[in-house]
Amino acid sequence: MTDTLLKVRNLKMQFGGLLAVNNVSLDVNEHEIISIIGPNGAGKTTVFNCISGFYRPTGGTIHFQDKPVHGLPDFKISRYGMVRTFQHVRLFSRMTAVENLLVAQHRHVNTNLLAGLFKTPSYRRKESEAMERATYWLEKVGLMEHANREAGNLAYGQQRRLEIARCMVTEPKLLMLDEPAAGLNPKETRDLDELIVSIKEDYDVSVLLIEHDMGLVMGISDRIYVVNQGTPLANGTPDEIKNNPDVIKAYLGEA
Amino acid sequence: MPATLPFAAFTALVTFLVSFPIMGLKLVKEGTQLTLQSGTPGAWTFIGLAVLTVFLFQLFRPQIAGATAGLRSRLPAMPSVMPEDEAQKARIERVILWVLIGVALIFPFASSRGAVDLATLVLIYVMLGLGLNIVVGLAGLLDLGYVAFYAVGAYSYALLNEYFGLSFWAALPIGGLLAATFGFILGFPVLRLRGDYLAIVTLGFGEIIRILLNNWTSVTGGPNGIGGIPKPTLPAIQTDPELAVVGLEFGRRAKEAGNVPFHEYFGIAYNSSYKVMFLYIIALLLVLATVYVINRLMRMPVGRAWEALREDEIACRSLGLNRTAIKLSAFTIGASFAGFAGCFFAARQGFISPESFTFIESAIILAIVVLGGMGSQLGVILAAVLMTILPEVAREFAEYRMLMFGLVMVVMMIWRPEGLIPMKRPKLELAQ
Repeated sequence: MTDTLLKVRNLKMQFGGLLAVNNVSLDVNEHEIISIIGPNGAGKTTVFNCISGFYRPTGGTIHFQDKPVHGLPDFKISRYGMVRTFQHVRLFSRMTAVENLLVAQHRHVNTNLLAGLFKTPSYRRKESEAMERATYWLEKVGLMEHANREAGNLAYGQQRRLEIARCMVTEPKLLMLDEPAAGLNPKETRDLDELIVSIKEDYDVSVLLIEHDMGLVMGISDRIYVVNQGTPLANGTPDEIKNNPDVIKAYLGEA
Repeated sequence: MPATLPFAAFTALVTFLVSFPIMGLKLVKEGTQLTLQSGTPGAWTFIGLAVLTVFLFQLFRPQIAGATAGLRSRLPAMPSVMPEDEAQKARIERVILWVLIGVALIFPFASSRGAVDLATLVLIYVMLGLGLNIVVGLAGLLDLGYVAFYAVGAYSYALLNEYFGLSFWAALPIGGLLAATFGFILGFPVLRLRGDYLAIVTLGFGEIIRILLNNWTSVTGGPNGIGGIPKPTLPAIQTDPELAVVGLEFGRRAKEAGNVPFHEYFGIAYNSSYKVMFLYIIALLLVLATVYVINRLMRMPVGRAWEALREDEIACRSLGLNRTAIKLSAFTIGASFAGFAGCFFAARQGFISPESFTFIESAIILAIVVLGGMGSQLGVILAAVLMTILPEVAREFAEYRMLMFGLVMVVMMIWRPEGLIPMKRPKLELAQ
């Protein structure tokens, strides 16, 4: 049996009178790609924000590798090994591609001020390790030739890939992608598909995905959770979901 | 009728309403009573001229704008002297830097005592500007109370010397450390505030420190300040009568027991300008150290984190960067430089009082940073030189200082909104 990486139980998020997320529970095991789907405004991103600590959930529990993480500040949660992207690209647009990847490794490099001022050997070693890791991932996402360009000047698809690379250099255990295929053309979506599968297969990182592109979702997901108006509607393998009458109703409306 | 006529008439009216009570009326004392009298004919002429000028300017504003548009496009021809090639640019900048350092080193031996003294003052402002540049330019935190840390540095040397007899060299690191501690203590609660709120809290903090120094008479001497602060000494080795490290003083006679006057130690004639030169050289060394440290910081992970945090805070948080710690580091490091500068300021002046640490000081330092170009080191140095020397040179126009100040700010906003030398961050390049 595989180990559970992320365990969410009865998650609730209330904004004033609005119950945005109601009793959502989900599990992500190691070596899995899990998708969350649902109509617009269903509360998918709110679930993401709760898990990654950007919101403090009003109810329920979140455990990561059996450690409770609900209520922790966002940066601590990400240090446990859960890193996310956003619906809109959030790169450091005036920094170069490679610098974006270096910033992401902030907690891996030697941040001791004196070590940096005098360039101690350990500082140099850590810096060059960070540079190597950045180079590796630039190569992996095919942005090597754009390494020294400002991130803001890259094409949209390239920015999307750089964002994933930026998450991966932090060496996470769970990668959370919020609509990574939004705005990509079919070719780029296929590349993304391959990249996500490779992240799971070659680096043993689980992926939690929010996506509207059903082709992508059905093709790569191990399991799918469907959320509608903040409440869980169904969950199961892609085939089960495809044939679930409730899901069809939620998406297409009642006939 | 031109379309601008109503507005021109309106502005002319406003000009009249504003200038009439100020210039056109005169309060005259008759016995115990004040009476209102009409101003001199000269004043009325001035008012008339002002109203006419404003009226005509507003009336023909489109034409004037058209005429000056050509002028403006010709103005910013300055930055293009730099070649486009990045590597060559970096080389040229390095050469400029070394030439500057060379000139700064030779300078005290080739100019008058007054000039060296003024240059020392410039260097203090350079240091303050560079320190604030970390907070405002690099980390993007608007600090309006920077002078508080300057005061902490100055008072820590003055008080440590008065109560514990510590020398300048012992007090310098302590002053920097104390200022950093104050930065840390202030930063901890306020750095979760953003932009305007942060500016207001720091403004308040600056005033609190000044008022505290002003009113804590038993310790700080209140408005009377602290005098008789000894100048820095030059450590030297003495062999006669016994081997010992002594401090060389630059006065005619050593004030403190155990110290030796500089000119006696070297067996040369006494010259009062040695003292000024020595102070200048200490200031220069402090500035060079500051420049080096900041240069390193910008290339270090913490420098990258500052930049990233300024660009996108949410992305930083999602990547596990602790924003409070990173902002706090900028605040603390920036404050420590003000502490060093303050320590040196106290030693140079020999006398300090809360007068020296008013809000206008903070404003001037901030103006230096903004004028020079936020984040740009060379720009800040240039601006510090301009802002300190110009008022000295144009002493006859001292009354118009604030007016000039405002004018320069307005012109800069139009002409070079990014500062004299806009910041160019050292980018980490991947060798390919």
